[in-house]
Amino acid sequence: MKVELKDIHKHFGSIRANDGVTLSIESGTLYGLLGENGAGKSTLMKVLSGFLTPDRGEILFDGKPVRFNSPEEAVAMGVGMLHQDPLDFPTLRVIDNFLLGSPGNWLLDRNRRRLIELTIQFDFKLDPNAFVSDLSIGERQQLEITRLLGLGVNVLILDEPTTAISAQQREKLFQALRQLTEQGKTVIFVSHKLEEVKSLCSKVAVLAHGKVTGEVKMPCQTEDLVQMMFGQKITVGKRLAVKFGNSVLELENLTISDWRLEVKGLSLRAREGEVIGLAGLEGSGQHLVMRTCAGLLKPSSGRIRIFDQDMTGRAYRDFIKAGIAYMPAGRLEEGLMAGMTLREHIALVEKNTPFFVEWTIATKEISQRIQEYNIKGKPETPVEELSGGNQQRTLLALLPRNPRLLLMEHPTRGLDMESTEYIWKLLSERAQQGTAILFTSSDLDELLDRSDRMMIFFGGKVRITESHNTNALQLGESIGGKGFE
Amino acid sequence: MRCSWANRLEVKALNNWPIHSDTVFRSVAFLLALLFSAVILLILGASPIDAFHLILSGAFGSSSKLAYVMTAWIPILLCSAGLLATFAAGLWNIGIEGQVVMGAVFATGLMQFLQDSFPPALLLILAAFAGILGGALWGMFAGGLRLYGNVNEIFGGLGLNFIAGSLTVYLVLGPWKRPGIGSTSGTQPFPPSLWLPAFKGFQVSPIEILSGLIAIVLIALALRETHFGLQLRAIGKNLRAAFLKGIPVERRVLLAFGLCGALAGLSGWVLVVGTSARHNLFPLISSGYGFLGILVVLLANLSALWSLPISFFFAAISMGSLQLALQRQLDSSLGGVIQGMLVLSILIIKGLQSRGLLRPSR
Repeated sequence: MKVELKDIHKHFGSIRANDGVTLSIESGTLYGLLGENGAGKSTLMKVLSGFLTPDRGEILFDGKPVRFNSPEEAVAMGVGMLHQDPLDFPTLRVIDNFLLGSPGNWLLDRNRRRLIELTIQFDFKLDPNAFVSDLSIGERQQLEITRLLGLGVNVLILDEPTTAISAQQREKLFQALRQLTEQGKTVIFVSHKLEEVKSLCSKVAVLAHGKVTGEVKMPCQTEDLVQMMFGQKITVGKRLAVKFGNSVLELENLTISDWRLEVKGLSLRAREGEVIGLAGLEGSGQHLVMRTCAGLLKPSSGRIRIFDQDMTGRAYRDFIKAGIAYMPAGRLEEGLMAGMTLREHIALVEKNTPFFVEWTIATKEISQRIQEYNIKGKPETPVEELSGGNQQRTLLALLPRNPRLLLMEHPTRGLDMESTEYIWKLLSERAQQGTAILFTSSDLDELLDRSDRMMIFFGGKVRITESHNTNALQLGESIGGKGFE
Repeated sequence: MRCSWANRLEVKALNNWPIHSDTVFRSVAFLLALLFSAVILLILGASPIDAFHLILSGAFGSSSKLAYVMTAWIPILLCSAGLLATFAAGLWNIGIEGQVVMGAVFATGLMQFLQDSFPPALLLILAAFAGILGGALWGMFAGGLRLYGNVNEIFGGLGLNFIAGSLTVYLVLGPWKRPGIGSTSGTQPFPPSLWLPAFKGFQVSPIEILSGLIAIVLIALALRETHFGLQLRAIGKNLRAAFLKGIPVERRVLLAFGLCGALAGLSGWVLVVGTSARHNLFPLISSGYGFLGILVVLLANLSALWSLPISFFFAAISMGSLQLALQRQLDSSLGGVIQGMLVLSILIIKGLQSRGLLRPSR
């Protein structure tokens, strides 16, 4: 089935996730959709699979305009999506998951034939009677693909399918995808991993900031893809090597893992005044390292020291006492309390009286910071009424004045050039006073311009480089996996 | 302090629209509740107007009836005050009924054991503290289950309610049974010297009224003006962010449960020693006042000020509807139906409102 997207717009509040996307995908292609995190890939695919309705634009199947209001309707039209995190039911058996969403009768027809046929066809090893909770992520993906094919899907969308599976399972997955396109089905493969897309797909479109920045036939140069993803400008790191003070943070042979990713054997020494940028596509391990440095995640092995004090296994509050300050990426999820005012926020973090809150002091303090950080709001403004950029400034304004180690996730996300410049001026003043700073960012220029060293993450692997002899192109390629595998 | 309150009022005045719609939606909900109740009364073959009239006159018809309403009001008010703290922290303290019961159990127990060794006035005061302790312990038990046992406070609270209820039955029929035969009608009533003193000619104790009013004022102050209250509200709005800001979330949650339990326990004490109490411990002594407190705080939208009239109104309906049984052979639980309808209609209208608000943004 030929899929055409015409001028798709989808806005969330002031964020334009899709800003006029037009794509045409021939039937029987293995089509790659590439872009960094937040580029609008997932939104576009959710629109195509019925999870979201577009604000504007048209979808055509084989030249005929279609409209659907739910994934169920999309599946009936032949479009199915495999989500980044498996949307299955771990407490149910494989066969029951397979039957979910199949149309028709009240009574379940637990006929295994269809499931077994499909698994044999793709060489998946799925026991119909096993519980989904006992399967690996890779096997759960196989089950979901089988389920969608069992429902008669002609267009299969896969959203970052390789983030949590083994190399072997990935090979099998790619095999199955190639097989599907040979049968004339259309496969859309969403990824931010350059090498993977290059080796698998026959045509690739690149999205950036909600727009298509290019479409190329494979094979092509990695360089071209990097430029489409991150823009044309090629800059070289700006910060010159300077003398740093004592060691603030020491990571020694650290191993950290969650259910999908493992960072192994990481060692790092951050010194007073040093700024270290954590580069990598979202979910490559930066978040794990950040949270471990903040004391929110216990490493499975290795040691963490802050100012020669062994902090391994200590509680988050001890880390705060030792002088760390952590600024999470999710503004309204983890950083701010929707429903509370700016003044209430400052009173929470700046506790200057033992029992009663001194609202007049809080008002004075927040007014000062509103001015200092140029927040468009009043002391009595509830934080959820601020714009995204102003929420970001508020998060920065709420950080303690003189932490020894600042851990920041995406410190300038959503800020314009001028505010970004201003915030970094404040941050580098702090660095000069001896604060060590670790920050994550998805902006290559920011990483190169602001950091002394960079930790580049790819699928849990880490490489540490000096920023001043790296350029944006090299950095972009490394983020995409070059040199890691 | 004054300055910040003034500012807050100013903001509300600027945001004219929400206040306006809030009043409108409360009134619509109230009318809706009356309508639903009228329909139910019609189905039962009773005249709604007659029934509403009976409830009103049953609550306010004479000074003794009004006094009766006031004595029902205080336990509800105490529970509402406590619940303001747990709701502020985003906790559903369903276990409040059990906390009321445990307050009554501790108060009764202390008075039974020390009845002959202390002067009555001192004994009453000690019993109040015993009630506070009993309720607080039971509340912190629910909090501990939530924090350390990963038991949702709704289920933990429900379970603890049953345990507290069964405990009263055991005590009433077992160790604390009346001389001679034990019966579920309760323990041996305390002598009038151990009743709270009432006004002359108006059967309400000023001590009761004061305890209720002081409790709600203190809670309102604590939530608005102390770090503790601010931290509770922060936990309620966003637990994760509160934790990341270094707030000792566990201790605060436990304290909120303890505080709510303490006030519930105090209302248990009132139910034992209050003016129109039965002056003993009996099964179901909490009489649903804790649950009514939950409804009050929900209706008041977590406002201490609104909780005052709403809890009074609920007490009036509860007491007034007793007349339905006495004079029309209708079940007095119709009062509960009206209260339930009120909460349901508010929730329905809120739900419709939020859906209506969602629509334009799609």
